[in-house]
Amino acid sequence: MLDDKDRIFTNVYGFQPWNLEAARKRGDWDDTKALLARGPDQIIEDIKASGLRGRGGAGFPTGMKWSFMPKEPKPGRPSFLVINADESEPGSCKDREIIRHDPHKLIEGALVAGFAMRARAAYIYIRGEFIYEAKVLFAAVEEAYAAGLLGKNAAGSGYDFDVFVHRGAGAYICGEETAQIESLEGKKGQPRLKPPFPAGAGLYGCPTTVNNVESIAVAPTILRRGAAWFAGIGREGNKGTKLFQISGHVNKPCVVEEAMGISFRELIDRHAGGIRGGWDNLLAVIPGGSSVPLVPAAQIMDAPMDFDGLKALGSGLGTAAVIVMDKSTDIVRAISRLSYFYKHESCGQCTPCREGTGWMWRVMERLRTGEARVDEIDTLLDVTKQVEGHTICALGDAAAWPIQGLLRHFRPEVERRIRERGNDGAMMEAAE
Amino acid sequence: MPKLTVDGIEVEVPAGATVLQACEAAGKEIPRFCYHERLSIAGNCRMCLVEVKPGPPKPQASCALPAADKQEVFTQSPMVKKAREGVMEFLLINHPLDCPICDQGGECDLQDQSVAYGKGQSRFIENKRAVTDKYMGPIVKTTMTRCIQCTRCVRFAEEVSGIEEIGAIYRGENMQITSYLEQAVTSELSGNVVDLCPVGALTSKPYAFEARPWELKKTPGIDVMDAVGTNVRFDSRGRQVLRVLPRINEDVNEEWASDKTRHAVDGLVRRRLDKPFVRRKGKLVEASWQEAFAAIKAAKAGSSVAAIAGDQLDCETMYAAKALLAAMGSSLLEGRQTGMDYDVSSLAAVNFNSSIAGIETADAILLVGSNLRWEAPLINTRVRKAVKRGARVFAIGEELNLTYPVQWLGNDLGLLGKLPEAVTEAFAKAERPALIVGGGALKAGAQGATLALVKPLGLIKQDWNGYNVVHLAAARMGGLMLGYAQKGGIADIVAAAPKLLFLLGADDVDLTAFDKSLKVYVGHHGDAGAAGADVVLPGAAYTEKPGTYVNTEGRVQFSDRAVFPPGDAREDWAILRALSEVLGHKLPFDSLDQLRAAMTAEVPALGVGGLAGYAWSAPKLPAKASGPVGYPIKDFYLTNPIARASDTMQRCSAELLHGQSFAEAAE
Repeated sequence: MLDDKDRIFTNVYGFQPWNLEAARKRGDWDDTKALLARGPDQIIEDIKASGLRGRGGAGFPTGMKWSFMPKEPKPGRPSFLVINADESEPGSCKDREIIRHDPHKLIEGALVAGFAMRARAAYIYIRGEFIYEAKVLFAAVEEAYAAGLLGKNAAGSGYDFDVFVHRGAGAYICGEETAQIESLEGKKGQPRLKPPFPAGAGLYGCPTTVNNVESIAVAPTILRRGAAWFAGIGREGNKGTKLFQISGHVNKPCVVEEAMGISFRELIDRHAGGIRGGWDNLLAVIPGGSSVPLVPAAQIMDAPMDFDGLKALGSGLGTAAVIVMDKSTDIVRAISRLSYFYKHESCGQCTPCREGTGWMWRVMERLRTGEARVDEIDTLLDVTKQVEGHTICALGDAAAWPIQGLLRHFRPEVERRIRERGNDGAMMEAAE
Repeated sequence: MPKLTVDGIEVEVPAGATVLQACEAAGKEIPRFCYHERLSIAGNCRMCLVEVKPGPPKPQASCALPAADKQEVFTQSPMVKKAREGVMEFLLINHPLDCPICDQGGECDLQDQSVAYGKGQSRFIENKRAVTDKYMGPIVKTTMTRCIQCTRCVRFAEEVSGIEEIGAIYRGENMQITSYLEQAVTSELSGNVVDLCPVGALTSKPYAFEARPWELKKTPGIDVMDAVGTNVRFDSRGRQVLRVLPRINEDVNEEWASDKTRHAVDGLVRRRLDKPFVRRKGKLVEASWQEAFAAIKAAKAGSSVAAIAGDQLDCETMYAAKALLAAMGSSLLEGRQTGMDYDVSSLAAVNFNSSIAGIETADAILLVGSNLRWEAPLINTRVRKAVKRGARVFAIGEELNLTYPVQWLGNDLGLLGKLPEAVTEAFAKAERPALIVGGGALKAGAQGATLALVKPLGLIKQDWNGYNVVHLAAARMGGLMLGYAQKGGIADIVAAAPKLLFLLGADDVDLTAFDKSLKVYVGHHGDAGAAGADVVLPGAAYTEKPGTYVNTEGRVQFSDRAVFPPGDAREDWAILRALSEVLGHKLPFDSLDQLRAAMTAEVPALGVGGLAGYAWSAPKLPAKASGPVGYPIKDFYLTNPIARASDTMQRCSAELLHGQSFAEAAE
């Protein structure tokens, strides 16, 4: 249980205004100059010491990521920070809350992080559907410029730093870092081949770091309160606080900041008002947004909600978008809907994902209705393996994992439908 | 130089090489669709997956992975086999099973690789995707359902041709390759995407349903549509050349060919001269060879004879005519049909000295009166490459889209005498400065003025000569080597008023100046030359005779015969040899070999393939030039009799240059 005094996002519910004046009262922009005066290397050391892991899903140590940027940018080849606010993962809704209620945390974070990695400017790539949020963000950035917190001699630090807000056009794939860079450059949002990694050649071919909104927004508070404070929360290797987004069949869905490693039961009981119909009614949980495999009720109930705890269950923390499903859920239909989402959002660049997502969805639809043969389940599993790990970006993996999770834990349910439908063993004609 | 092992074979590859290249160096074949040596790496087909240690425990795309020291690459492991089978299956699930009616059949990468690397059966029982066909113009036929989204065509359009009119729209399995607004692609290199397409999505429209690749006889040849000397392959069946494809020659055309090179060949079966004709009572009437020769003999020309060579002529014909004229006592030879009279005392001064491949290393280029994109499309792509490497290009002439950024100085040759500071500065800094003089500039008399710039611009350095002339005629350099040039150009021939004038495939001469002469046209097409002639002797086109050609950089190349000339037509040298006997000046060669021996005895360079290598010596000429330059090519697709007889070229011209639209027949 996180104490109120340890919360970073003190306005996540929007009880106070988002503007600069209110943000200052909450402690944002408080002597940012002094934070920057520590120097870039010290800031990176502090973030490393805090144990902050990227909040976008992969959980890569943030401090280490920043340290990959060149120490001395070459003339004519500046470094850039790109902040990924293209929050499109089904179930995720934390960045949205940060931007609409606490945008100055993000903007101050952009300056601090940008300074630490010696970036010339930050680009905030905001999801196209976030219309109100984009308005707030534009206004907040304007406020910060007007107050001298950005631009020339940002916050009186002597460092010149710009923040640009760029609106996306509503493509999930643009949340992938290199696709986002392509999109920022004005091209079709398709992931790039890696290597080269963005830290070597990113936006406009210049060294670039792409960070999630939450990772950037927590940075100033960590620096202010000290790395030891942040590292004192959570479990070894999974430090700090995290915004959990609880949706689905709970009594009170919510976004809440909690300590990493909190047990699932405590998280739900304390913040979400318990499972609808009681704990016996829980069927399964997707603990980290649509792209991680689901975890059945028995395994998740007392599991610690953090990167390593969920990895041990064959799933992942992802963005900590907890999708709770009770026993009224048609679990096959739920996963089939996710398959449709990935089929719809595949960029079409590389073969396994382009062809595989559509195939998987079509088979899933037939499994949903039971119009399939039992051996098609194995074919489907094989197809997911043929997609997983063979693509340019992780969307292929993300499309494969939910299906793999379903077949791992709910294969009897899938087979039951086929048997009830009476299709087992029936011969089908191949398309010509 | 990283050292790595591929399936246990140790190889060393140059730094910057990819794992795929390392595998090839080790003799291992890596299947691929999207990867192409001359295009950027896309890495999207995933067919080239290999297992690499150290690395993540999943297969890696070898085309995009840099080779590194101590890497272990496995191309035959179970992981790789499974990955290839998987990708192959994905590629095939939405690919139609229409190989029997697909023009790519027999030369299809997808077909070949599915046999080699596929599973042999499909588990896909859903409906296949269908995609509407896209219009890409008169050259490229599309069947987009077959497309596997490798994006080679997109990258070619963007990177090589510089006409960004092909792209992908939509995403996921709905992704489609299309041309901009489904309009015709306006590149004169568009035919190359047909070769690049690994499947039958983009095929050749003029060649549609003509033949299967295994029915064709393949003959190596040289293209004569421009002075680049593109290395081509004539694919013929029976007596007809059905298509022309480029051959790889890194020094000349890499592996590209212009649309005219590829598709003018359908003109070889139209408007052909297949019988001798003699003009009687103002009309050309069919005649026998004897009658035609008798008509020429009747002119009793004595030594009052001249010959004008056309733009597409081989050296053998020109030599045979030269020998005949010499035997008759004349040396009135000219090849510059349109009246140009530039100085040819030094062949190096009218040569593309930097070489075609060399121009891509230039770092400052000044174009003088050249629409390079039309005059030599494949030199234009080289200049584009140079620009991509950082070269700056300046140009004098009317503004055009050359597919790369050009700083236009104005359309006034007077600028050559007072080049702006930006130019002189760029050239002063350049290590490999180059000047490219186009046909328009030569015509406008800028030869002296450009030669005068050789010193001030520092065009000649050790191992570098940046003075370049672009010719438009395939026969030009060969003709100049054989002496087909008078000091005053064609005006000298007019002044000599010859009783007998040979037009050797020359269709662009102003014949009104030769009212009094007996005009004998030796050539293959019923174009302007034949129409104005008094005697027409049917000759062979470039696909119908072995020939020697010299391109604009002075490269001697040899072409083979693919088919025989139609009807009574004969090879041009043989016609001249037969005529010589009738005229009483029997030429001393009875076979092509003997002719070539005699020719190389006179001009030894013509007997050796490769660059002729002219020694540099610039003639002293007045350096004054002024006034605007015009570009000699008014219509890229209709520059010669073969192209003018070609339906495909006529349609390209009408549609791409004159904005006509054509209704497509339903299939």
